Parts: sequence; structure tokens; C-alpha cells
Amino acid sequence: MKVTKSLLRNLYRSMVRIRLAEESLVDPILRGEIRCPCHLYSGQEAIAAGLGACLNERDYVFGNHRSHGHFLAKGGGMNELIAEIFGRQTGSARGRGGSMHLIDPEVGMLGAAPIVAGTISLALGAALATKIRRERRVTVSFFGDGATGEGVLYESLNFAALKKLPLLFACENNLYATHMPIGECRVASAIHRVAAPFCVESRVVDGNDVLKVYETARWAVGHCRKGQGPVFLEFRTYRFRGHVGPDDNIQGSHTDIRPPSEVRRWFKKDPITRFERYLTRNGILDARTLRTIREEAQGEVEAAHAFAQASPLPAPEELTNYVYR
Amino acid sequence: MSTDRTLAFSLAINEALHQMMESDPSVFLIGQGVKSPWYVGNTAQGLLERFGEDRVIDTPVSENAMTGAAVGAALAGMRPVAVHPRMDFMFYAFDPIINEAANWHYMNGGRLPVPVVFWGIINRGGEQAAQHSQALQATFAHVPGLKVVMPSTPYDAKGLMIAAIRDPNPVVFIDERWLYRLEGPVPREIYELEIGRAAVRRAGRDATLVAASYMAFEAVKAAETLSREGIDVELIDLRTIKPLDKETIVASVRKTGRLVIADGGWRSFGVTAEVAAVASEEAFDSLKAPIRRVTLPDCPAPASSSLERVYYPSSADIVSAVRQAVQAT
Repeated sequence: MKVTKSLLRNLYRSMVRIRLAEESLVDPILRGEIRCPCHLYSGQEAIAAGLGACLNERDYVFGNHRSHGHFLAKGGGMNELIAEIFGRQTGSARGRGGSMHLIDPEVGMLGAAPIVAGTISLALGAALATKIRRERRVTVSFFGDGATGEGVLYESLNFAALKKLPLLFACENNLYATHMPIGECRVASAIHRVAAPFCVESRVVDGNDVLKVYETARWAVGHCRKGQGPVFLEFRTYRFRGHVGPDDNIQGSHTDIRPPSEVRRWFKKDPITRFERYLTRNGILDARTLRTIREEAQGEVEAAHAFAQASPLPAPEELTNYVYR
Repeated sequence: MSTDRTLAFSLAINEALHQMMESDPSVFLIGQGVKSPWYVGNTAQGLLERFGEDRVIDTPVSENAMTGAAVGAALAGMRPVAVHPRMDFMFYAFDPIINEAANWHYMNGGRLPVPVVFWGIINRGGEQAAQHSQALQATFAHVPGLKVVMPSTPYDAKGLMIAAIRDPNPVVFIDERWLYRLEGPVPREIYELEIGRAAVRRAGRDATLVAASYMAFEAVKAAETLSREGIDVELIDLRTIKPLDKETIVASVRKTGRLVIADGGWRSFGVTAEVAAVASEEAFDSLKAPIRRVTLPDCPAPASSSLERVYYPSSADIVSAVRQAVQAT
């Protein structure tokens, strides 16, 4: 696969922005300044970044509960993300949604929601809309391995195949559905095979290798855009933080039930350090350039925190605004 | 508008769909049986031939995903009508209807409207038992973010379907199969009824009778019977369950001092309870008699006709409820 230097730089920058945004939330969560549940994306950045790089502004994305990365990679603003998490009026959902409801229709981020698998059928409908209008947009539905337990996934696979919809099923398999290891949720570990009975093309990808993600996603997005029907991609990955918050449900008490050896093994596969090694060893970007990119991203994140802090909370008298249009 | 022409209730809906699909390319119909000659009555007739399979989408039996697809299409700028020929099956679609569509605009700070119609058809009677007969208006009306309309005449059916399609919010359009053959005047043009506005079908001074959908049809008969007895009923057809037209209800109760409410749903926690609560909150001083309710009992629908006869209320039950209200003072 031929890739340009600017693409590689953008992939790195995209991953770093997500990581630094996520890690910037840890202390405010532990201090109780951020109270809405945050499902951090640290460790999974290669997926949002690699797939996001294959989409244009007109393409649609639907996320789930762990969508900070999906939002940023689709072009959502850092300020609007951080402000939303702090419950501010300037947030992407004006403080009504919090971490789990991230939206920016202007860049095609049509929303995210924490009802597991709940947005898969919404993405199906957006893809249907583009087919009716004969547009060449692609819709991406991000969901986790836990969503494979919900029937609506299979209903959606069937209908997407039946109508040859330009829909990319992006399953981020981080091996745990909240606290449940995937092996206790399903017998077959190869999730991508669920697509086969519906005659939907599928692949399994190392979700911690941003170039593999990009390469596979580029093929999948092209397949959808050419009108050849839906694609199901399983990205194998791992979250570096708890299911929700830095550790797990009880913040600061290190309740992560995952074996420490397993966690350590995955830390070694950190998608960002892996990509840094690739970039420096191949002489594509030197350590100084990478540091500059990181510093710029850190500056952006800090500015976003300052923006959130300076932003007003929603006015109490506006409680019932937006119930109806 | 010309109202010299009459049309059956089901064909009034059909005309609304034809005209809206013709005038707005973002409108489409999705659901089970839309190309079947009998599944959704004749409400979908001629649509497939005229607008094609892209916009008249008969679906697999997958209510959750198909209803979710309608919601997602609405988020992507379309105006879908998602039909459930038996509204009992809408329970499969509560996630897209309630968790997603009803909440989407609010929980996203008003960033994206959800212009979708969830059309559910009540198929009461006919020995169809508990899972083919349910009337879920109160269940949907409980949820913030949803609007619920229930027409009782062909005129209202067309006007409310058009209003529901044009509304930027998710609207649950509920109709009763028992009304499908009812004939009435229907203008040929596109017109819409204001959602949230009840109709005073008959002015009266002795008691206020509030009903909707098929029970409004029964209430018309009841009012005629009562009139012959010298009881002058003011009949309010709600047309919209949510948002409830409190103003019209309260003004009438202030005038008559008596309130009887008839609804085709279950008794507890339903439409009649809500209307009664509004009257007691906002017109308590005017009430001269206890509020009376005519509803289904708190019991699933039975199959056997001997049980159906006592299960479904009719105009006779409304007549006796109004008599009780009037005789109480």
C-alpha cells in the first residue's frame, strides 16, 4: 500500500489528539470535577484514526458509549468535546448529553448513544437514506463486542445485505463487554464470522496497527461507496482504562478485574508507540517532529479545558428546551 | 377547501401518503406488508406502483431494526413513515422509538431534528386475543419527546397524517382498523390539522364528554342517545393525545361542571387518568360530580366473543356513565 507522508503524519496526529484528550480527563474525573460517566478510548485510537482517515465530511458516523475518539476523528471539535463532558452550554450537545452523546451534524457525526447496539439500526437507516437519494456517502456504525449479543445487529446485517446498503459495521472487539470477558459471552471468538450467514463481506484486523486499520478500512469504504454492499470489520483491540472511568466503576479504587499480566501484555501493543517506532525506524518522521505534534495536541487539549472552564453551565430555566423542535 | 367529496377513513390515509410522497421526495413508507393487498388494508394502495421499491419498502419481520432504520433515515434528512400493521409488534421497537427517537433532539442539545412518523394500527376484536388487539396510546404519550395523534374521522385521518409527516418531531400516529370503512368528507387538497388541538364535535351544557379515535365514534352515538333523553352533552374529540389540549378540556368542564372520559386503552395510568388529573388540577372548583371513566378493564384482551362483548366498551357504557354523572347532582 502506498501512503503519503502527510497521511502518516495525520494518522499519528489523530491518534495523539485522542489519547491526550482522554488522559486529560483522568484527573478531573478522580477529583470529581467531571461527573458524567466517561468511557475512555485510550488504547483503541488506531481504529477511529485509521477508519476516520478513509472518510470524507459528507460520510456519516454513529457512535456508542465510547465515542470521544469517533467524534474527534470525524472532525468534531476538541473544545466542544471537552465542554460537553464538563456539562457546559458550549458543548457539542449544549450540556444535555454529556460524554455519551456526541454529535456534530456539520461534519457527519450524527450522534452516539450508550444503549448497546442501539445506534446500529440508526446507521442502517442513514445508509438507506443515502441509497434512496442516490448519494455516494458511506455510513459507519461503531459498536463493541458486547453489541454482538443484541438481536438488532443481526436484523441490521440482514437488511443491509438485502438492500446492498453502503454501511460499514465497525466492531471494536476490546475483549470485554463491561466486566464480562468475551469468552463468557459467546462460544465463537471470531466475531467477524457473524457476517457470513448474511452474505456480508467481513475481515478481522489488528486494531492496534493503524496502518492495517487504514488499509482495510480503505478497502471497505471503497466497497461500500461503489455500491457493492455492506462490510463487517472486526478490530481486535484492548482498552487501557476501565470500562468506565480511569479504573473501573468505582473511581480510584483499581477495581479492574482483568488479569494484570493481560493488561501488561496489551500495553506493549500500544498503537501509538508502535506507530512511533514504525515512523522513526523507517526515517519517515523523526523524534523531534513527533514531539512537536504531541506538544501541539497537548496545547489544543489544554486550551479546550480552559474553554470549558470559562464556559457557562446551562441555565436552569432552560431545562425543558429541546424536548421538542 | 372543497368538502363535497367523501372518502373512507383508510383511503383518506392513502391519499395523504400519495400526496406527501408526490410533493416531498424525502417522504417514504417502510414497514411490513406495504405491498400486500390486505396487510395494511388499502391504506398503501397504488404507492408501490407510483413511487417504486426505493420509497415503498416492504420489510423482513425485524421491527427493531426497521423502526431504527426509519429513525436513522430521519436523522439523515428524510421524512419516513414507519408502519406497524399491528401495533402490538411495536414493543419490539421501543428502543428506537423511545430510547433513540424521543430522546435524540433533547440529549443532543437540539442539534438534529427527528422527523419520523411511527404509524401503529389497533386491530381490536375479532377474537384475536391479547397480542393482536392492544391500544398503546397512553404508553407512548408518557414519553417526553413523542407526540401522539389518534384521528376518528376520515377528514382528521388525512389532516393528521400530513401534519405528522411535516412535524420535525417523532409523531406516533395511531388508528383503529374498526374505523377504516367509515366514510366522511375529505378535501382533495393537501391540508393539515394542528397537532395538539382537540375538536368540539357538539356543544352542550350538561356534561363534558372527552374521547378519541374509535371511542370518539362511539361517543357521537352516545351523545345522540343522551340528547333524546334531554341530556345535553358537550363532546370533545381529542384528536391529539399528546400534547393534550388542556385549554379546550378545562374550558368545557368549567362550563358543564361534569366530566366523562372514554378511551380504548386500559383503565389504570392511562389517557382517562391524565384527562381527569388535568380537570381536577385546573377546574376543580367547577366540578359538580365525580369524574366518570369508560375504558377497557385492567385485563388483557380475550379471544372468545362472549368475553369480548364485556371487554370492549360501547356507546351504551358511555351513555350510562354520563347518566351517572348527571344524576349525581
